[in-house]
Amino acid sequence: MSVNEESIQSTTHRRTWRDVDLRAVAPFAALALLLIVGAMVNPNFISLNNLANVATRSAFIAIIAVGATFVISAGDLDLSVGSMVAFVASLMILFMNSGVIADPALMLTAAVLFAVVAGSACGLANGLITTVGRIEPFIATLGTMGIYRGLTTWLSQGGAITLREPGIQELYRPAYFGSILGMPVPIAIILAVTAVAAFILYRTRYGRHVVAVGSNSDVARYSGIAVNRVRTIAFVIQGLCVAVAVLLYVPRLGSTSATTGILWELQAITAVVVGGTALKGGAGRVWGTICGAFILELVGNIMLLSNFISEYLIGAMQGAIIIIAMLVQRSLVRKS
Amino acid sequence: MNPETVDAARVVLQARRISKSFSGVQVLFSVNFELRAGEIHALMGENGAGKSTLVKILSGFEQPSSGEILLDGQPVTLPANGAAEALGIVIIHQEFNLAEHLTVAESLFLGREVTRFGVLDRKYMRAETRRVLDLLGCHVDANALIGSLSIAEKQMVEIAKAISRDARIVFMDEPTAVLSREETNFLFRQVRKLRDRGTSFVFVSHKLDEVIELTDRVTVLRDGQWVKTAATSMLDGESIAQLMVGREMSSLYPAKKEPNVDEEVVLRVDAVSTDYVKDAGFEVRKGEILGFSGMIGSGRTELMEAVAGLRPRLSGEVTIRGETVPSGDVHAANRRGLAYMTKDRKAKGLLLNSGMTANLTLQSLGRHARIGYLSPASEAAALERARRRFDIRVRDGNVVARRMSGGNQQKLLLAKVMETEPDIIIIDEPTRGIDVGTKQQIYHFISALARDGRSIIVVSSEMPEVIGLCTRVAVMREGRIVGMLEGDEISEQEIMRYAAGLKKMAAA
Repeated sequence: MSVNEESIQSTTHRRTWRDVDLRAVAPFAALALLLIVGAMVNPNFISLNNLANVATRSAFIAIIAVGATFVISAGDLDLSVGSMVAFVASLMILFMNSGVIADPALMLTAAVLFAVVAGSACGLANGLITTVGRIEPFIATLGTMGIYRGLTTWLSQGGAITLREPGIQELYRPAYFGSILGMPVPIAIILAVTAVAAFILYRTRYGRHVVAVGSNSDVARYSGIAVNRVRTIAFVIQGLCVAVAVLLYVPRLGSTSATTGILWELQAITAVVVGGTALKGGAGRVWGTICGAFILELVGNIMLLSNFISEYLIGAMQGAIIIIAMLVQRSLVRKS
Repeated sequence: MNPETVDAARVVLQARRISKSFSGVQVLFSVNFELRAGEIHALMGENGAGKSTLVKILSGFEQPSSGEILLDGQPVTLPANGAAEALGIVIIHQEFNLAEHLTVAESLFLGREVTRFGVLDRKYMRAETRRVLDLLGCHVDANALIGSLSIAEKQMVEIAKAISRDARIVFMDEPTAVLSREETNFLFRQVRKLRDRGTSFVFVSHKLDEVIELTDRVTVLRDGQWVKTAATSMLDGESIAQLMVGREMSSLYPAKKEPNVDEEVVLRVDAVSTDYVKDAGFEVRKGEILGFSGMIGSGRTELMEAVAGLRPRLSGEVTIRGETVPSGDVHAANRRGLAYMTKDRKAKGLLLNSGMTANLTLQSLGRHARIGYLSPASEAAALERARRRFDIRVRDGNVVARRMSGGNQQKLLLAKVMETEPDIIIIDEPTRGIDVGTKQQIYHFISALARDGRSIIVVSSEMPEVIGLCTRVAVMREGRIVGMLEGDEISEQEIMRYAAGLKKMAAA
């Protein structure tokens, strides 16, 4: 599945079943199990339509979680992503409402670039506060979480910010509701983002540095790696991923409010951990992460379709999942 | 076992025909071992000989695949995970098991705190801690934080912990690896004192001279087999080494080769100071092996890290072939061909949970990248080359660094540093905690690198190593370079004189 496994096996050894890292496989096994359970609960569940719906809805968390995989692999944590979504989305809508560019297509292009820059800047701020300011990432991003959320509330004056330009709305709608080659656009974007992220994490110098910094920053420093730069860039990647999620989020509702993206940071972290990435850093699994995001959404879907568990228990279920995932991971520590 | 010594004293712990396999690989083959009351018993062998496994089995951390363990003549199954402490069997690990944020007294009573009416009886615990520390002649404050202690003091606290638990049998795994000579002497005095009161010690070490000095009997293992048990007085260093290696030791150190006096000076360090190091200056010529000796804490590592750019300099200059290297810039130093190999391979050298390839290429990823893409084939080829060149022997090519023996880890670390193709290499403690056979190999690697025209700085606390390898030796004391020895001057006595402050270099 993931690219890094192939490279390890190609060295010398004959592949045996013992070489398979169960922790990498576990999330996919869990996903398969869920699909079977779902199919037994309700026959409609397994329909392509329903599954595509679930995948589409998981897009925001999945894409944010891909960014979180980098931050967490580098040994850090970003709690501000939910607020960042609200903040960047609000800025983007306000920019489009400002009407500085008359042509809708040109305006949309500028707005997309604007959102990407804003997201990266938010990520950069998180990174610099953590590294240059030498503040624990938990505290640093707890701070920016409050700042981004507060700024959003101020921008919206406690209400909603709505995209007013009908021309842009019309042009922008397909970015969430359209499809490419029969595949809903959000799913295509998830796959594209994940593929790029997997390439960066497993097949580039930077990715190797991220894992080295996360598993032991002293070793990284003594190996001549600029540790703070690697960590800061991971936060910027997280900001970029938030921006991509925003680009999908805005055409969906065309509006944001002070409550946009609340608790998304916890869902993103859950997806990362369920996907098999170690929370203490040093091992990133990008494909596992989107699998984790999909599992979260799927559980909610199954509960909705079943009539023996209340859908109001979805939050409790997701909480239980993260604990179960940790227990399973621990029991699967490779014995050799 | 040696028939003439059996029954000479009461045997407290005995292993009979112990075998052990890990996932199908046998590491111990029917090993016998006996420990008497009030003796210090050395357990010797190369890395991978099975010493650690035997120690773990005898202390209950592993269960034998077959064979039996007798405690006071009674067959026992030792409880797992350190619960054997209740039987008076204590193991002092190579890596300390002390929480940095606790005080000495809290550490001593960790897990068996004394309470009065449900409240911690701190007064009693402090007094008891003091008593045990005094017994050891150790002057550490019972209220001091573990984090503030020196390594030697931590070691003493570990031993105090063992005593306070009424240990009868103490396993010590390389206790002197991180101690200076004085600290070692102090430790040995305490160990002898405890022995005379009836405590038995199993002493695992690679340092032959210490084994000869301290222990009463020696058991040698080789490749998981018992080779010999004999009174230490009947052996000398050479014969123990032979038993361990199983072959005649050809000379441990390769022949020295002096560089020409008119050879180019590649590294010049001028009046470098850091927080600790004061005004240190030296030169290294092409193809030279320069040694750095001194007590632990004399500032050698600080100086080398400052030279390599891993630590900022407060003043002074470092020039490589006439080019100045800016302070605190590792990359600048690397680019000019200088590499530093850390003495702390586990904490600063290797990613223990990663495989050999990821470790090997970490410092030199640029050589395997094309427009950012890392080529798996190129990395695999580098690993093949390194395994051949540095004789890294592992059964499974995918093994993670944590599972490799100390010797192989050290070779991998050396290979990793050499991947950057440096021509000035600073090697800090080249052979810490590795066996004689691997030591010899590493000495030959170093010598070969020098003959290739590379310059090498060897920082070592093992004097024979510096004496055997280097053509010039700098001695540091309290942050300053106090002596620079050449040729016939290089001897243990002379180095000691400088290191202990009895002699000082005439001001230049």
